[in-house]
Amino acid sequence: MPSAIELRGVTKRFLTPSGAVFTALRDLDMAVEPGEFCAVVGPTGCGKSTTLALISGLEPPSEGEVDVFGEPVTGIAEGIGYVFQADAVFPWKTVLENVAAGPRYRGASNRDARERARDWISRVGLSGFEDRYPYQLSGGMRKRVALAQSLINNPRILLMDEPFSALDVQTRSLMENELLGLWAASSASVVFVTHDLEEAISLSDRVFVITAGPGTVKSNYKVDLPRPRNVAEIRFEPRFGEIYQEIWNDLRDEVLVSYERQKRTGAA
Amino acid sequence: MSVRSAPARLSAGMSATTEQAARPLVDLGARRRRDAQRRRINVAVLRVLVAVVFLSSWEILARLGWIDPFFTSQPTAVADKLWYWITQGTELGPLWEQALVTMEEAVGGFIVGSVLGVVFGVALGRNRLLSDVLGPYIKAANAIPRVVLGALFAVSLGLDIKSKIATAAVLVFFVVFFNAFQGVREVDRNLIANARILGAGDRQLTTEILIPSALSWIVASLHTSFGLALVGAVVGELFGATQGLGELIYNAKNLFDIAGVFAGMGLLAAMALVAEALITALEDRLIKWRPPVATETRI
Repeated sequence: MPSAIELRGVTKRFLTPSGAVFTALRDLDMAVEPGEFCAVVGPTGCGKSTTLALISGLEPPSEGEVDVFGEPVTGIAEGIGYVFQADAVFPWKTVLENVAAGPRYRGASNRDARERARDWISRVGLSGFEDRYPYQLSGGMRKRVALAQSLINNPRILLMDEPFSALDVQTRSLMENELLGLWAASSASVVFVTHDLEEAISLSDRVFVITAGPGTVKSNYKVDLPRPRNVAEIRFEPRFGEIYQEIWNDLRDEVLVSYERQKRTGAA
Repeated sequence: MSVRSAPARLSAGMSATTEQAARPLVDLGARRRRDAQRRRINVAVLRVLVAVVFLSSWEILARLGWIDPFFTSQPTAVADKLWYWITQGTELGPLWEQALVTMEEAVGGFIVGSVLGVVFGVALGRNRLLSDVLGPYIKAANAIPRVVLGALFAVSLGLDIKSKIATAAVLVFFVVFFNAFQGVREVDRNLIANARILGAGDRQLTTEILIPSALSWIVASLHTSFGLALVGAVVGELFGATQGLGELIYNAKNLFDIAGVFAGMGLLAAMALVAEALITALEDRLIKWRPPVATETRI
């Protein structure tokens, strides 16, 4: 059986507005198994988000290959869900219309799409808010809409780009638990980008550490904590501390490299 | 908010904080409503006062002979003229017919210009090549004082409504076009990426993401452009017409009937205000997804 996601020798370069070439990713290898929950951690600006853009097909790689379920990615792949870091729900659509957008774009009838949307709205705990516009919701509620919007398409792969980084701590751990619940009920593979190692370990089966930019995979760690997990409590397990220690030793060097570089360029 | 009332409001706020401990919270809401109502009444009274002061000083200055009523007319003469037009009709026919003709021309030009502006703005906003190729020509066309095109249209399209609609549409087009173009260009990249991931095709991207996103820009431009449509209609009439408020004003001018000129202007202003209110209502409907703006006065 092929991996859900496989990146082989991927390099991604961007042209900056001034015409210089910026290398975001260099010779990156990564494989994610079907149904696996993977976290990607790394210092700021190491190309974590770029990795997601490559898997989704929003951006083509400059070199190397990206396969999703054994098929090379050309353009936006089927069966992908993407939860963005910034708010990407449509502000001019109500909660119901936002969640129903995916099925409608994929050719479902309006009635069918709305029916499925209602179901997903209740699954993310937003029943009663169907007719609200995004500006009338809190940050956490908008994230729930974004989750429902992605999950309604039954993605085989769910890409999440620091989805909870803008939320307060309590809302965040609530959302993390709900995400785990929704994921367990699906069979999707998840790639969860974050800069927060605690969040990475408590959610995932595997953690990829990316080097300071240009990013490449430095190492990957299996997280052998039992499931189902309670995100708020699992960090008190002794095994959690051991894993954290191990990964942090690896990550720390990269964070320092990135920090020194930012100090030099005056960005920090 | 008027500057004069600021100290009064400040002291009211301070006394509110000292009394807050003793009073139940409900009072605060009632007080706010009362304050709001008082402010509304104040504004209304002051508005009427401005009109009264302006009109009466105009009248008095004219009667005292400090200004020459032959050139500036006077409010009572203008009112007489209006009353005469309403009851006896104008030399061009009944007054309501003249207003209606001008309204039709302005609304027609407004619709034609807005629709073309949105279509071209979205098309060029979507298509890089098209906008690069046509960009300089559009800028050049925009630089022409476009009212002179009214003369051209009067010759080529005749003296009926078509030439006025064309003049108004040309004025409206550019304002709406540039706003629609900019609106499409400024769409949040994340929203586009999200829609594409969710499965939106090119057409859905345009109708469901780009146009709604550009709509707040487009609607904002409609406020200015209805005024321009009215300008276009009136200028079109000045270049040659048989009916309409512009023609009425032109006739009055030829007869040195300054009261008639002012009466026509007043009617045009009233029409513009009504249209403005309608556009505001349309705006509220079209972009009800936007958080309400916390402004106290809307102009």
